[in-house]
Amino acid sequence: MSAPTERKVVIELRDVRRDFQVGEEVVHALRGVSFKIYEGEFVTIQGTSGSGKSTLLNQLGCLDTPTSGEFFLDGTPVRTMSKSARAKLRNRKIGFVFQNYNLLPKTTAVENVELPLMYNSKYNATQRREAAVKALQAVGLGDRLEHKSNQMSGGQMQRVAIARALVNDPAVILADEATGNLDTRTSFEMLVLFQKLHAEGRTIIFVTHNPEIAQYSSRNIFLRDGKVREDTQNPHILSAADALAQLPINQDD
Amino acid sequence: MNFLNLFKVAFRAISSNKFRSFLSMLGIIIGVAAVIIMMAIGQGSKESVRKNISQMGTNVIMIRPGADMRGGVRQDPSSMQTLKQADYEAILKDKKFVTYVSPEVSSSGQAIYGSNNTTASIYGESLDYFDIKQWVVQSGDAFTEEDIKKNAKVCVIGKTIVDELFPDGTDPVGKTIRFKSIPFRVVGVLKSKGYNSWGMDQDNVIIAPYTTVMKRILAQTYFSSINCSAITEELTDEAISELTDILRETHKLKGEADDDFTIRSQQEMMETMSSTMDTITIILVVAAAFSLLVAGIGIMNIMLVSVTERTKEIGLRMSVGARGIDISNQFLIESILISITGGILGVFVGWLGTLACGVVGLPTSIPMWSIFVSFLVCTLIGVGFGYFPARKAANMDPIEAIRYE
Ligand SMILES: Nc1ncnc2c1ncn2[C@@H]1O[C@H](COP(=O)(O)OP(=O)(O)OP(=O)(O)O)[C@@H](O)[C@H]1O
Ligand SMILES: [Mg+2]
Repeated sequence: MSAPTERKVVIELRDVRRDFQVGEEVVHALRGVSFKIYEGEFVTIQGTSGSGKSTLLNQLGCLDTPTSGEFFLDGTPVRTMSKSARAKLRNRKIGFVFQNYNLLPKTTAVENVELPLMYNSKYNATQRREAAVKALQAVGLGDRLEHKSNQMSGGQMQRVAIARALVNDPAVILADEATGNLDTRTSFEMLVLFQKLHAEGRTIIFVTHNPEIAQYSSRNIFLRDGKVREDTQNPHILSAADALAQLPINQDD
Repeated sequence: MNFLNLFKVAFRAISSNKFRSFLSMLGIIIGVAAVIIMMAIGQGSKESVRKNISQMGTNVIMIRPGADMRGGVRQDPSSMQTLKQADYEAILKDKKFVTYVSPEVSSSGQAIYGSNNTTASIYGESLDYFDIKQWVVQSGDAFTEEDIKKNAKVCVIGKTIVDELFPDGTDPVGKTIRFKSIPFRVVGVLKSKGYNSWGMDQDNVIIAPYTTVMKRILAQTYFSSINCSAITEELTDEAISELTDILRETHKLKGEADDDFTIRSQQEMMETMSSTMDTITIILVVAAAFSLLVAGIGIMNIMLVSVTERTKEIGLRMSVGARGIDISNQFLIESILISITGGILGVFVGWLGTLACGVVGLPTSIPMWSIFVSFLVCTLIGVGFGYFPARKAANMDPIEAIRYE
């Protein structure tokens, strides 16, 4: 992290604005956001409710397009892309982790993780399964491959969701309140996992309400009223594994 | 997503809602079965009528007295007496496209032999009649030209008459029966033809020389009809115009004067019957097809429910890279799968229904193309009524869809 300029830029925003028309009024959810995110960064985005975090993440995930400004993902300009081109870009370059897991109901862990590869014709059935099994092993669910989504705990479901975000080997993993529905202990388990992925060199953008979580990432961005208020590197990244070890064991689930 | 996977996803969606899917299939099943049964009955009746008429000979031409009655106008009784011996002789003399000619007079009454009696019809005919109607004399002989000339009281009888009058198995040939008290010597017995498909017993006949029936029973000088046969079925039209010319000549009809006789061919009758049957079939099938339309709307309804129910899933699929077309294909295949499965079951149920109709005695025959058309219609219903829900799914905004609760 000493010389970030030498590293590859994964995301570049230039004065990105996003307006929503609500009846007569125009809501300015993003009012000119600019930043670069480099390969291998673990970025937390914080801000009060309504500050535009989710809107920003939707831009980064190519689910939405800016009203104005430019957005480059892995060097590709996204704003002018067609809907189906963006779908393909999401498929190849993005991994999403949602607050409420969003697994397919009554479907096994492996099949859930395979889902993004279903929309990638480069993978055949064997390769799909292989990649899914590998991703599940990486999140510590190598022994729960055939468990159905409704037979798993919240923490396990979120692990499956993280494995699904990993399976296409994305340029960036986007998480919106990924620990929002989990208890403290399980949240820390997730953080351990994210830190592990970070250590492996993955780029992670993590939206959170919880300032504590920011201590475990490498960079913190604060939003207020659709603008970047603060953008700081974190020189003292705490270890989530240590924090987890310090937690009292006898917690109710 | 490739086809196999789309198929798997659709199959899973259907089987996770088995009862609901079955209910929406039920409409298709009933619709297709109804269409197939209606077509089978229509086709079956048509074939049986055709078979029946062609059994009577497809080259047969009938001449009746009086103008064409198809308009339904009542006619003067005297106009029904226009076919005379002179006409018969003129036809015999000038015919080129006609092979056989037989004048016909008939009467119904009681036939008696010993203590047995039965109600029968006697037909006065010439010898050609046996060829026109393809009667075979099984034992004994037909009467002769000599018999016709002499108004001989001889006859040939059908199997039903034999059974009724000679129940003990005596050979009727050579015996004398009485018809309306007039004695007739039986010279031959006809080979049985059985019932025709209108349920008429064709063997309940007595055939005698037309001269005998005209003079000794009816005491009249005109014929009730003249039956002819064209050389071949293809030459029927030529034969009809030839007969028309001959009769107009003997009846001295000039220029614009209307015919005082009517010539109809068996072929023409067959076509009239066929087209009537076709009309009935079309009406039945259209009625049945409406149930398919209703079934299609049922499928659309269930697909709309399915799309709304799975909004979140659609959002998720889109966020991991499904394009609009992937999503719409998924729902289209689901609705096609429902309608085609319904179609297959419908064909099966229709086939069972057709068998059941056959058991109760309705003539049935499933036209192969009706099965093909059913599948085509089911696929069209699946695509047509699945299209709107599928578009709705494909046009969802992924952000809103994934937030949907
Ligand atoms: N689809 C939309 N239509 C209209 N306005 C919207 C839409 N999406 C977001 N907004 C508005 O944009 C602003 C930013 O919303 P956003 O969801 O990005 O906030 P957030 O920071 O994620 O909040 P939270 O922490 O509660 O999730 C809000 O004022 C919101 O009302
Ligand atoms: Mg939000």
